[in-house]
Amino acid sequence: MSELPSRLETEPDAAGDLRQETMIVNMGPQHPSTHGVLRLLLELDGESVVSCRPIVGYLHTGIEKNCEYRTWQQGVAYVTRADYLSPFFNELGYCLAAERLLGIEAPPRAQVLRVLFCEMNRIASHLVWLATTGLELGAISMMLYGFREREVILDVFEAATGLRMNHSYFRIGGVIMDLPPDGPARIREFLRTMPGRIGEYERILSENPIWLERNRGIGTLSAEQALAFGVTGPMLRAAGPARDVRKDEPYCGYETYEFEVPTATEGDCYARYLVRIEEMKQSLGIVEQCLDRLAEPGPVMIENPKLRWPAQLEVGPDGIGNSPAYVRHIMEESMEALIHHFKMVTEGISVPAGEVYQPVESPRGELGYYVVSDGGHRPYRVKIRDPSFVNLQAVPSMLEGALVADAIAVIASVDPVMGGVDR
Amino acid sequence: MRPEELAVRLQGRVPDVTVARGETTLVVDRTQLPAVLEELRTDGELAFDFLSSVTATDWPGRVPRYWVSYELGSTRHHHRLRVKVGLAEDDARLPSVTSLFPTADWHERETFDLYGIVFDDHPHLSRILLPDGWEGHPLRKTEELGGVDTRYKGAFVPPVDRRTT
Repeated sequence: MSELPSRLETEPDAAGDLRQETMIVNMGPQHPSTHGVLRLLLELDGESVVSCRPIVGYLHTGIEKNCEYRTWQQGVAYVTRADYLSPFFNELGYCLAAERLLGIEAPPRAQVLRVLFCEMNRIASHLVWLATTGLELGAISMMLYGFREREVILDVFEAATGLRMNHSYFRIGGVIMDLPPDGPARIREFLRTMPGRIGEYERILSENPIWLERNRGIGTLSAEQALAFGVTGPMLRAAGPARDVRKDEPYCGYETYEFEVPTATEGDCYARYLVRIEEMKQSLGIVEQCLDRLAEPGPVMIENPKLRWPAQLEVGPDGIGNSPAYVRHIMEESMEALIHHFKMVTEGISVPAGEVYQPVESPRGELGYYVVSDGGHRPYRVKIRDPSFVNLQAVPSMLEGALVADAIAVIASVDPVMGGVDR
Repeated sequence: MRPEELAVRLQGRVPDVTVARGETTLVVDRTQLPAVLEELRTDGELAFDFLSSVTATDWPGRVPRYWVSYELGSTRHHHRLRVKVGLAEDDARLPSVTSLFPTADWHERETFDLYGIVFDDHPHLSRILLPDGWEGHPLRKTEELGGVDTRYKGAFVPPVDRRTT
């Protein structure tokens, strides 16, 4: 120990330069710009990033293991909590996987409702991304606008599902209940105002010198690099490839909707911004098509009593719950209905043995559910392929050689949600 | 390519091909895994150039006990394929495919972390979701679930698989 010179006593070398030393800095896990508990181990040479190591796991809650000890229907309430900014996509991936194992398909109206809620959710998620990115890069008014509009979407979610997030609204075999009577009108009102609002965001940001300075040419990822790292979603599409599960392997009837898959070629943070803004506009178009299709009434859950959730739910002033009429039915009128309800809720449904991998296009990319059944009443394995988890792997190659200030812009452009990363 | 066409196309190379629920599954021996994945990727008609996910399942009491599965996709043809490798209980290791698919890095670390399956020649196989000092591999079916001690009269909330109410 005594052999090592103290830093203070170190002499400048012969050329008169200061000793070259790198510094290790922990960014996170508690840091306002890392979108949750992401930790970056940065090796810095002055202001430049020499190397970067993302460290995850601080929000691991064992969702996959939990699913193995709950009934198939209860699984929805677990997976919806993984990527908490896009709960509907988690529910959708899980339900579609379970439905494929069962060999059933949700009724047409349920599929339209699923598409509608997913696209509204995509807009809400991109708004959070835009709002927080704006906050981190100095456009604080963007934060206020983004959350203001997201609130309108969350109000619709609350009116329809009883909750602002973690809805458990999609169930195996359909959705748990239809839209409230004023639902379509509220969504139409949102569709009327939102295009103008997106135009406002673009006027604030698209040609803003600070926004351009912080985003253009920052965090560039080529298409080849992105694919090698398994990157999907807006991050990949900003680099060129128009890879979108909704187009490539359609589910829920996406092949019957008209929409474009926006792409860019630069692959930098600014290109990701452009792609996400355009995706919001496309989603508005899909929501509008959904509303037109909802004019046709119909069931929102399969009819098979051996598979459908027995209870009739309703949104009350304190959230979602069993409807009083249904409670009266099982408690006062029909012993058989009570027995059936008890059996379905405690024992649940059994699902034929097998395995499926169901991808859906979440706001962050390919969200995959690999679900295995051994024929029992509980899933044998639920693996969530979360896009943020995979996309984070590309962060070192985007950061190394960049300035430490760019780390903020790069992480923001990945849009990681740690609930999904750590599961 | 449709799943059935894929199966026919692959049958010449690997004998164990099944099609179920619109998905093609290929079972290979761990020694063949890197070579098979490389062939699947370079063959222009197949072009499985995208690795979506790597994970495992645990079947205690069966032989083999572990199945490691690779979800492959093609950015050119938009078809998918699952490649599975069975691993014995006392020899749960297989070659890493990180040199072929850099994205496998974190997937393999996660599978190691949760199942204790070792990927040989992985650049830095370490835990990813759990703390470094964690003992055991929680997604194994034989792992104890725990339970919760409470402060109320020394009560203990049993783990979910041993609850009676």
